[in-house]
Amino acid sequence: MKLHHFYALLPLAAILAGCNAVELNPSGDVAVQERDLILYATELMLIVILPVAFLTTLFAWHYRHDNKSARYEPEWHHSTPLEVVVWGIPIIIIAVMSVTTWKTAHTLDPYAPITRLGPDQPVPPGTKPLVIQVVALDWKWLFIYPEQGIATVNEVAAPINQPIEFRLTADRTQNSLNIPAIAGQVYAMPTMETELHAVVNKVGEYRGKSSRFSGTGFSEMHFWFHGLSTEDFGKWVAQVKTAGGTLDTATYQQLQVQSVSEPVHRYGSVDPQLYKLAVDQCVGKPGNLCLSTIRANDFKKGNGLCRPNVSASN
Amino acid sequence: MSPDTPHLDPIFGRLTLDAIPFQEPILLGTFAVVVLLGIVVVGVVAYFNAWGYLWREWITSVDHKKIGIMYIILAIVMLVRGLADAVMMRLQQAMAFNGADGYLPAHHYDQIFTAHGTIMIFFVATPLIVGVMNFVVPLQIGARDVAFPFLNNIGFWLTTMAAMLVNLSLFVGEFSQAGWVGEPPLSGLADLPGVGVDYYLWALQISGVATIIGGINLLATIMRMRAPGMTFMRMSIFTWSSLCVNALIVLSFPFLTIAVSLLTLDRLIGTHFFTLDAGGNPMAYVNLVWVWGHPEVYILVLPALGLYSEFVATFCSKRLFGYNSMVVALVSICVIGFIVWVHHFFTMGSGASVNAFFGIATACVAIPTGVKVYNWLFTMYRGRIRFEVPMMWTISFMFVFLLGGLTGVLNSIPAADYVLHNGMMVVAHFHNVAIGAITFAMLAAIDYWFPKAFGFRLEPFWGKVAVWSWTIGFFVAWMPIYVAGFVGVTRRTRVFDDPSLQPLYIIAAIGTAIILVGVVAFLIQIYVSIVNRKALRDVTGDPWGGRTLEWSIASPAPDYNFAFTPVVHDVDAWADMKARGYKRPTEGFKAIHMPKNTATGIIASILVFIFAFAVIWYMWWVAAISFLLLLGVLIGHTFIYDRSFHIPEDVVTRTENERTRLLAQQG
Repeated sequence: MKLHHFYALLPLAAILAGCNAVELNPSGDVAVQERDLILYATELMLIVILPVAFLTTLFAWHYRHDNKSARYEPEWHHSTPLEVVVWGIPIIIIAVMSVTTWKTAHTLDPYAPITRLGPDQPVPPGTKPLVIQVVALDWKWLFIYPEQGIATVNEVAAPINQPIEFRLTADRTQNSLNIPAIAGQVYAMPTMETELHAVVNKVGEYRGKSSRFSGTGFSEMHFWFHGLSTEDFGKWVAQVKTAGGTLDTATYQQLQVQSVSEPVHRYGSVDPQLYKLAVDQCVGKPGNLCLSTIRANDFKKGNGLCRPNVSASN
Repeated sequence: MSPDTPHLDPIFGRLTLDAIPFQEPILLGTFAVVVLLGIVVVGVVAYFNAWGYLWREWITSVDHKKIGIMYIILAIVMLVRGLADAVMMRLQQAMAFNGADGYLPAHHYDQIFTAHGTIMIFFVATPLIVGVMNFVVPLQIGARDVAFPFLNNIGFWLTTMAAMLVNLSLFVGEFSQAGWVGEPPLSGLADLPGVGVDYYLWALQISGVATIIGGINLLATIMRMRAPGMTFMRMSIFTWSSLCVNALIVLSFPFLTIAVSLLTLDRLIGTHFFTLDAGGNPMAYVNLVWVWGHPEVYILVLPALGLYSEFVATFCSKRLFGYNSMVVALVSICVIGFIVWVHHFFTMGSGASVNAFFGIATACVAIPTGVKVYNWLFTMYRGRIRFEVPMMWTISFMFVFLLGGLTGVLNSIPAADYVLHNGMMVVAHFHNVAIGAITFAMLAAIDYWFPKAFGFRLEPFWGKVAVWSWTIGFFVAWMPIYVAGFVGVTRRTRVFDDPSLQPLYIIAAIGTAIILVGVVAFLIQIYVSIVNRKALRDVTGDPWGGRTLEWSIASPAPDYNFAFTPVVHDVDAWADMKARGYKRPTEGFKAIHMPKNTATGIIASILVFIFAFAVIWYMWWVAAISFLLLLGVLIGHTFIYDRSFHIPEDVVTRTENERTRLLAQQG
């Protein structure tokens, strides 16, 4: 942590002592940059806020009613130089910050593929991200590793220093995938697919959770994210594989049943079409009920909406 | 009607005895208390045989002052309900650690936080600002009433009926569990088939329409009914903020009406605007509701900012610094407020440039807001600051608001929002503003204009106790929540798996208790002041050395406000009149033309209430009858041509002579 950041943290440090301040001490490069951004913006604004707080105290004391020695000018109500300052300072501060806002909105865009593992540490050319497909169900998280052909519920792992590409959707309610130690969050929403790119830099166990209220079992919708060395990740995958069990349409339909505090499940193999069908809202349903088919029919004839039972051959 | 609703009773629809929560001791206890209080109120009214008085002087009144006061009373009663919800949440969150489940099961906890948000926004904050605007604006512009007195009356009763509806859901049925903006798909029929969401939707719909009616009314009043000489640039800053706010209401509340209507249709007749299947799109609701929801934030905060400008100028005994800047700042907040709504869902996967645009637009609100803070500061500069209760609220606000501004700008940065979104940091931020800016301003306003409403000042000691308790309580209650935000705690969480957070929540619960002391102190203040009203009597009508027109008339303000319409020559018209040695006219009074009371407002609102209740429970025959009756009443009302009367000359003369006598006694 840079020194000037340390000073900005001082007021907080007192309260935070003893707390597990994950967002201020993250373990993934994206989260680190987001933390630095928050500290930078805080410092920038303290430039205005501290003097105003000081002056408010000073003026309130000095111009109190019984201090007859203080100057009193009841008609003084305008000063062009002061007006310039009054408008100028906030404009400058916000202008400076807007530059950062614009830049970071692009560099830290959850959709942007990871380009660096840390400061001055670009991703080695040819590195492929680890793809993890995520489905938020009521009320548990399903993680599918398409390349490894495995799946887990309420548990997820990734090797350190390899970009991770989360692809997210949801079954019925909207949720938000949030692992504060490694990156910010993005919503997982039914009928849609969103993306979150992240990287974990340190081996460790990190809390993950849903950050969008989704009903009864929402509070218990947390899981552990294992940051593992590449070697341990390979072992973990092998372990899951040997655990056996297949995530297919039938198992998915069981997961669709609402449940609270679902224990960890592991599946050694996965129906490769399952995630696509989950986005399409038609796991275990006839193909003509898939949203993509209905939408295509809408485009073609404008009748998909009114007659969802029209067969695909139409 | 949901096609798969089983056993729909032809008379009671889906209402059965099961809807009454006999198995919930907390609810039954609350119900008992409410019934008891109701009996006490009815008993008191019956004892004094005040039915006729209440009906003539309050219920059917079109006097903007009385309607304003009734709005504020409604808000204070609802504040107690909202606070009870807050206390229950704080207790639950302080308890539910280390595997403990707390005392609230999920379906109950989810109802409580939804109720807290819904009630605080729609039935506390909104009626408070509408009430204060209603009371103050006509007085400040030298008018005798609002432009549409009947609309004012019906607007109030619709709001009240909406509040009753939302509270009825506590005892008959359930509350919504979908959060205070009720976003689908969670609020759809598929996920929450019960009556909770329907209660919520109808309460919002009714109070939303009432707010639009009120907005049109005050907008027309400010545009058309200013005293001669009061150009736009001579209006008080509070009147300016009211103008901006009512423009915002008229522009933004229709979006809420649309969003709520479409969701109601989805639930009631099976349309697919926001459903997951058949081409519905929940994202459309999120956009619609926040196109209303963000301007709503400014609807609530701008009047507060306007109020502080009044207090600072009055209690610094000095003209407001940078009046023109203040006006420009208000208008720009109003305009920018309309292009920031996406910041409520940066995390829904909009493109980077879209997010950046809305983030920067949001941060731009900080510029005019910052200007306002500086201008209050420079109004204090070379002033003579009297630390009366409203001024103490103002100074406390300035500190609390600086923190709220800082955290607001932090949240506006999309890349920071990915971390902070839906976290306790956001919750702390908007409570920082909702308490520190809005609530403080409203409590100060009650203190400030109380003499104008009732003729005596509020006892300052308990007011100061309230200021200190709220201020200290705010920091104790919300600083730990800010910390929880940085630690990564998510809002609306019922139980926690991380034990290191518990101290934070215990401190926050203590802070809430300190705020409660503030609320109690405020209630004691009112009680003590009523008891000591003779000693606290405001004879002059100008207890604070005021600067605006309402202080030129008697306290309490007479029914007709101004015996003669004042002529305005400067900003701070009353200060200007005093400086020029204004002599109050003591003769030559004339009869004054005033609007007549009306019973249509309350009758129509009760019918709306019955209609909504019937639709919620699928009692179609009741709905049909009440709707037809409502149409009949409203059409019938248009045939009432005799809507005004004259306050006779001798009554005006008598009232004004009494004031002359009191002023002379004062010396």
